[in-house]
Amino acid sequence: MITVQGITKKFGEITAVNNITFSIREGEITGLLGPNGAGKTTTLRMLTCFLRPDSGTITVGRYSVEDDPVGVRRIIGYLPESAPVYGDMIVYDYLRFIAEIRSIEYPRRIGEISDLCGIDEVMHMDIGQLSKGYRQRVGLAQALIHDPDILVLDEPTTGLDPNQIIEIRNLIKEIGKRKTVILSTHILPEVEATCDRVIIIDRGSIVADDRTAHLQAGSGGTKRVIVKVSGAVYPDLSEELRKLAGVVEVEELHEGGLVAARVIADGDGDIRPDLFKAVSGRNWVLYEMFQEQRSLERVFRELTGGGVE
Amino acid sequence: MSFRDRVQQAGGGIREYLHEPAAIMKKELMTYFYTPIAYIVIMVFLIVMGILFFYFPNFFYVNQAEMRVFFEWLPAILIFFVPAVTMRLFAEEIHTGTIESLMTLPVTTSKVVIGKFLAAVLFLIIMMSPSLVYLASILFVGSPDPGPVIGGYIGSILLAGCYASLGVLSSSISRNQVVAFILGLLFCGFLWIIGKLVWFVPTKIVFLEYLGTDYHFRNISKGIIDSRDIIYFLSIIVISILVTTKILDDRR
Repeated sequence: MITVQGITKKFGEITAVNNITFSIREGEITGLLGPNGAGKTTTLRMLTCFLRPDSGTITVGRYSVEDDPVGVRRIIGYLPESAPVYGDMIVYDYLRFIAEIRSIEYPRRIGEISDLCGIDEVMHMDIGQLSKGYRQRVGLAQALIHDPDILVLDEPTTGLDPNQIIEIRNLIKEIGKRKTVILSTHILPEVEATCDRVIIIDRGSIVADDRTAHLQAGSGGTKRVIVKVSGAVYPDLSEELRKLAGVVEVEELHEGGLVAARVIADGDGDIRPDLFKAVSGRNWVLYEMFQEQRSLERVFRELTGGGVE
Repeated sequence: MSFRDRVQQAGGGIREYLHEPAAIMKKELMTYFYTPIAYIVIMVFLIVMGILFFYFPNFFYVNQAEMRVFFEWLPAILIFFVPAVTMRLFAEEIHTGTIESLMTLPVTTSKVVIGKFLAAVLFLIIMMSPSLVYLASILFVGSPDPGPVIGGYIGSILLAGCYASLGVLSSSISRNQVVAFILGLLFCGFLWIIGKLVWFVPTKIVFLEYLGTDYHFRNISKGIIDSRDIIYFLSIIVISILVTTKILDDRR
């Protein structure tokens, strides 16, 4: 659906986006994740033909961004960052303006879209007077009015309250069932909650591009297993665990009443069967054992070098 | 294909081309009248023109049934009013970021510029149209020569268009509306004053007069509608629209 091939964009001396390549298949919800200033907005702006890449090519559907920007814009619905909509107009007139430009039969479609985005009750209010949440929804309505194949959302939930965030996320998921969605965010749980796939960008380059589930499972092969037993003292447990094949490190965890440890193992094999045998071999009672899921947060910090792990 | 078919085809093409500019024009006009700016600008314009028309020189003292005074003042007065009308067209969009929503709609930059330009011209026509009351009052006291009146109004529209295109151009340069206003004032003022400079310069470069708006406007408002004057105004409009499009495209 979308192919981005080696695009670079410089603003003066600063390279905002540096030689990025990725492609997005039809019907996926893709999250563009990165710290502030990583180049997410610039990438999306090039995708929607607001900015022109200095080098590289982008094709959206069957249109090239360079040769037919109007064709690209026709099949994309775009909600820019912080939803810049005309404050001086009422919601209905604004949507009518968009519908006219996009040559849509508007009275019926505006009704449908206001139902979908939940803006019925503010239809005749000045956009300037609306709350952030409603403004965002008007922006979303504007992006969806022509039933686009591709929906591009730049930080769709910034500035919303928790309830609104959940509403917008559900709406995005709902839309994502039928359309290709790209959204950018610096909020990790958002990606975990909504996206099938994540592209992590840092300082203008892609540092990871994988399915959300894969990234969570961990790609480096390092696994972390937590065990909680009773009837043992920590030094014994630690000694026993270190003997297992593949174990790199054992850390003590403080757990009331039980002896607990985090085992960090390397390699492809699963250490859990061996671990169980070792524990039961010493006649300790195993209360709990589970493999920790890498949260995206950790992946993100590892990849963007933002924290010590 | 008969001539009539061709005309019809061309008409259809133009209508199709103007579809998006028309939508933008409508939106801009609507915004003008949503906010108080429109009413303030129109009111001030009418007060200023009313005073000038009746007292500089005194209308009743001159004892002539004509609109000449109105059209004589117009090129100078519009220098101040047109930039006030056009300053927000792009500067505000750039400042508030709505330009991003606008420029990611399926329209080419030039269509956006044309739409906004047409909105400004239409607004200026609305602003000047109450002057028809002067015409009515003149018709009441005498019978003016129709040539200068008709020519004057055609010239006014061309002049307003010429200034408006420069105003749109200056609005695309800055994100600050005050800067856009001052630039517009300078551009329009320059085109007006360059024709006035002939009083001070050696006779060799009197041709400068031809570059000024006032010279061409005066010709038309005498009732002589000459293609040279029309081409002068139209070429300034076309050049300004092209430059504005270029400026906006280079922002990408």
